Amino acid sequence: MEALIAGLIGLLTACGVYLALRGRTFPVVLGLTLLSYAVNLFLFAMGRLTVGRPPVIGTGLPGYADPVPQALVLTAIVIGFAMTAFVIMLALKARAELGSDHVDGAERP
Amino acid sequence: MSHLVIAPLILPLVAGILLLFLRDVAIAWRRALALGATLAQFGLAVLLAVAVNDGTILTYALGDWPAPYGIVLVADRLAAWMVLVTALLAPFPLLHACRGQDEAGRHFHVLYQWQLFGLNGAFLTGDLFNLFVFFEVLLLASYGLVLHGGGRARIRAGLHYVVVNLAGSALFLIAVGTLYGLFGTLNMADLALRMAAADPDLAGPARAAGLLLFAVFALKAALLPLYLWLPRTYAAAAAPVAALFAIMTKVGAYAILRTATLMFAGGSLGGLLDAWLLPLALATLLAGLFGALAARSLGEQAAWLVVASVGTLLTAFGLGSAAGIAAGLYYLPHSTFAAAALFLLADRIGSGRGALADRFEPGPALAGAGWLGGLFFVAAILLTGMPPLSGFVGKFLLLRAALAHPAWPWVLAAVLGGGLLALVALARSGSLLFFRAAGAPAPAAAVPVAPAAALLALGLVLTVAAGPLSDLAAAAAGQLLAPQDYIAAVLGSHP
Repeated sequence: MEALIAGLIGLLTACGVYLALRGRTFPVVLGLTLLSYAVNLFLFAMGRLTVGRPPVIGTGLPGYADPVPQALVLTAIVIGFAMTAFVIMLALKARAELGSDHVDGAERP
Repeated sequence: MSHLVIAPLILPLVAGILLLFLRDVAIAWRRALALGATLAQFGLAVLLAVAVNDGTILTYALGDWPAPYGIVLVADRLAAWMVLVTALLAPFPLLHACRGQDEAGRHFHVLYQWQLFGLNGAFLTGDLFNLFVFFEVLLLASYGLVLHGGGRARIRAGLHYVVVNLAGSALFLIAVGTLYGLFGTLNMADLALRMAAADPDLAGPARAAGLLLFAVFALKAALLPLYLWLPRTYAAAAAPVAALFAIMTKVGAYAILRTATLMFAGGSLGGLLDAWLLPLALATLLAGLFGALAARSLGEQAAWLVVASVGTLLTAFGLGSAAGIAAGLYYLPHSTFAAAALFLLADRIGSGRGALADRFEPGPALAGAGWLGGLFFVAAILLTGMPPLSGFVGKFLLLRAALAHPAWPWVLAAVLGGGLLALVALARSGSLLFFRAAGAPAPAAAVPVAPAAALLALGLVLTVAAGPLSDLAAAAAGQLLAPQDYIAAVLGSHP
């Protein structure tokens, strides 16, 4: 499972970086979104991958699922969501004001 | 536990929320509230600085959860110093904006207060994830402020600024996640303890996480090669916003200093940044000044000088000695006030030149050129580090500290050569704006000159009080280099 999750995070990051380096705002926004998904999964996995463990410490249990990364991921998701909404609005405004959806406002000839 | 530690966070947060509710009230009332809150914040910052002046480290456990389980706010000498510098800077760009520029967007005062909230939070927090959250708070406020007033240039620069910082936030989270995965804690004091005692097997991933963290802070501080976002953004932003942003790069420098002295101070990670910080800082200094030479307008030149000042500041921190850090801490308020004053002056000069604005082209004579030229002259002396003003004192302290470092010839050559470049750049722009002017002066615009003058007067205060202030900076540096006090104050009886 570790290899699968690690590969998935790597794939998401690679796609995110590739898209974020494109010249138009729409792929850039998509790239940043993919990047934030990868980061959230990564944060989540930092509490170690466990199956069927309770989220609280108790006696007679084999262990527990670390609750801190879940709280961190929740915060990161909320912030990432707000930032994505903002950057979409900004991209739309840039498209309207600059007359082009290129990140520099206009394509170089 | 002292509630004074959280007061500089609560005040701008509540003021911002109130301003949001009062957005339909007459602008005069909102201005009064915003100015009142900013001045009250200065009072709180002074109280905090006095409270930590005897070397005590105040902590505040949010929700009374003991560290390292809960989030903790920590006020030591460095944090109080940074909060005080922010509170000293904040009223002047606000006063400048209150002459009409704040009406260009509905939420200027709200965002301004929340920017201060994020800045104070970043300085006072003792938790790495909480630092991320406060970075996001101040960035989100700054995204709004960069776009204040609208226009094509601002939207284009703002888009770059937002995208670069979103990528930086992703890297920050990866670094924080790796550190949590390795050490199981996010409290900076607890992290410092666990990193010092780390298993050598963990050193590789821990170094990777530490350097990622450094890259993120270097991005915020605009360290070479991550500085390219800054000049265009600051030059495009409205003058009061750019003046407030003079402190923003210092947040990155603060974070580098804090992590370098606390978390990367000993153990297998000791000296993690040594190989990187000083060379990059010197290169940033020169890159900033070459940019200032090539700038096409006064606002752009001021933005490049901000890059150069970050280079100087991180050179001082990169020396790693108590004297170097103390020199940096003295230089920090000086460079912040001087750069902010130049942004405000550029706005005033630009408003008197009609359509030419502050571009470096010969234009009409300025109304009140004598006064403006005098102020510009003082700002230039401050920024180039010529005697007798505070820039000279800061650079002298820096060079004296550098003599003890093995790389001192490089530091001396870069800092002194950089001073010459700054002199050439500012002399050229000053002579072009004030001496090569011809024709009837344009009618004086409604841009105030007093806030810029007041910021320059702060530079004079820094010069006159250089003795006591450099003693304070030295005390703060000494406290930073003895991180066991910080760790003991935060963790108390929970080692």
